[in-house]
Amino acid sequence: MAKELETLFIQYFYKEARPIDFYIKKMKGYTASQAALKMSQDDVIAEVKKSNLRGRGGAGFPTGMKWGFIPKVSEKPKYIVCNADESEPGTFKDRDIMRYIPHLLIDGMIVAGHAIGAQVGYIYIRGEYVREAVLLNEAIEEAYARGYLGKNIFGTGFHFDLTVHRGAGAYICGEETALLNSLEGKRGEPRVKPPFPAQAGAFGGPTIVNNVETLASIPYIINRGGEWFSKLGKLDKSGGTRLFCISGHVKKPGLYELPAGGVTLRQLIYDHAQGILRDRKLKAVIPGGSSAPVLAPDEIDVVLDIEPLMKIGSMLGSAGVLVVSEEYCVVKLLRRITKFYAHESCGQCTPCREGCQWMEDILERIEHGKGREQDISLLLDVANNINGRTLCALGDAAAGPVTSFVKKFRADFEVHIRGGKCPSA
Amino acid sequence: MGKKILSKKFYNAMLKLEPRYPTRVALLLPALHAAQDELGWLSSEVMDEVAVFIGIHPAQVREVASFYTMYNLKPVGKYHLKFCTNVACCLRGGDELVEHCEKKLGIQCGQTTSDGKFTLMEEECLGACGTAPAMMLNQDYFENLNIPKLDQLLDGLE
Ligand SMILES: Cc1cc2nc3c(=O)[nH]c(=O)nc-3n(C[C@H](O)[C@H](O)[C@H](O)COP(=O)(O)O)c2cc1C
Repeated sequence: MAKELETLFIQYFYKEARPIDFYIKKMKGYTASQAALKMSQDDVIAEVKKSNLRGRGGAGFPTGMKWGFIPKVSEKPKYIVCNADESEPGTFKDRDIMRYIPHLLIDGMIVAGHAIGAQVGYIYIRGEYVREAVLLNEAIEEAYARGYLGKNIFGTGFHFDLTVHRGAGAYICGEETALLNSLEGKRGEPRVKPPFPAQAGAFGGPTIVNNVETLASIPYIINRGGEWFSKLGKLDKSGGTRLFCISGHVKKPGLYELPAGGVTLRQLIYDHAQGILRDRKLKAVIPGGSSAPVLAPDEIDVVLDIEPLMKIGSMLGSAGVLVVSEEYCVVKLLRRITKFYAHESCGQCTPCREGCQWMEDILERIEHGKGREQDISLLLDVANNINGRTLCALGDAAAGPVTSFVKKFRADFEVHIRGGKCPSA
Repeated sequence: MGKKILSKKFYNAMLKLEPRYPTRVALLLPALHAAQDELGWLSSEVMDEVAVFIGIHPAQVREVASFYTMYNLKPVGKYHLKFCTNVACCLRGGDELVEHCEKKLGIQCGQTTSDGKFTLMEEECLGACGTAPAMMLNQDYFENLNIPKLDQLLDGLE
């Protein structure tokens, strides 16, 4: 192991890796589903538990444990749904898995389907990924043609159908219950929980929703064992590698696949992404997609994993790292982030629907030098009244950036208010 | 009901998709996509036809169609430009691209040129942050953009 890290995904991110023959010959393709179908459901779930795989969609929930919540018997059909909405700003990893190694995802979904007893799977892909949906459909057809999907897979008596379902432009459809409503042909509004999807999800049946990268990790766990996968991670609770997405003011933005818990934010920015654009000073980092509370430059020695980031009040989320140099105004940035949440709020819960808009209005005022002295505390008050008071986590996702930006960059807000203008405008 | 607006191709595609879902309403998003692919936007008449096909009230179709930003409820230009101006793109000059386009085309975001050639829109994150700034032109992504590249692209459009 010691030398170069073996990557699970990134080494195959080129278009020649896409066809089914490549997957079969070079990546032990479909041996995982074949092997898993010979194992009992409990054994598959136990292997996934052993792997310490945690959801890559944002919440980091242990995948094996989640699968274990599915009732063994159910009157209604069960479903496995892949969350390919990839709409958290700063996140761009699932797209490459889908366009370069779609069969890895399909293989993983067959295993998951067997493990939870679902004969039907859907890949819910964001509407903008038109090309990726076409490529997924081509891959699915290839798999049907070989008998890896459809009736009586590998002669095991297991049937599994897989369908790509396109979203149509709504961030909220990344939230799993909104996604399920959208799959059912409804507005993408999150549901009241409980019941959780494992009890009553798609079309009322027990359902597991997992992120693309989560499901694409599964074939490795079956082929090489949960323990092997677990040891790829550097901290106790997190197995495998992670696709870190880094963007914004760095010299080499892009994807870096590294051991889970095996890199600090500083290393990612300065060693991997080669430092700040134009060698400017670092001003702020958002470590886990725009919903994650912002970090100041003196906090970047944190290890990029779930617990270490939680400990300092932020989160790893979808591992979308947004880097901001001193060249950009943080008030303007927060206003833009808040505009996003105001635009994407589904409107069901009053605190989120009204509050996000108020926050955007206040921030716009401050950005343009029209802010009042009491606006900062008003802003925090609105954020506090959204946080924890909504059906889904979009409300928290909107409040977190506001409170953290104000806490860490208060002086910038004050300069705008007192100076009557943006100092960099 | 009068003559159908949607083609045989549309209805065949829907028939093929139907067995993939346990309910008929689940066909609504795919049907709206297919209808829009065919006609460029979703007129009231088209939404009525989709409602009849699925067997739901027309208001239910409108309620859903209006929730999602990708469904065009009014006609759009031959070239539909959607610029991402979310965090990663704005850090990399996405806003300047939009401004440049507004000047060049003489329209504001949300508008269509009078000859019906271009519609300009601002988008939320397109999921192409590592190759920012990014935009969509109709169904295709264009990434790592700058003003000269954008000009070259736009000037090459018929
Ligand atoms: C507002 C919001 C947006 C989300 N967007 C996404 C997304 O784009 N992709 C994703 O995989 N998960 C997203 N999630 C997380 C999902 O709700 C869910 O936790 C995830 O799909 C579970 O898969 P995992 O266990 O494999 O991570 C979002 C959650 C919220 C609250």
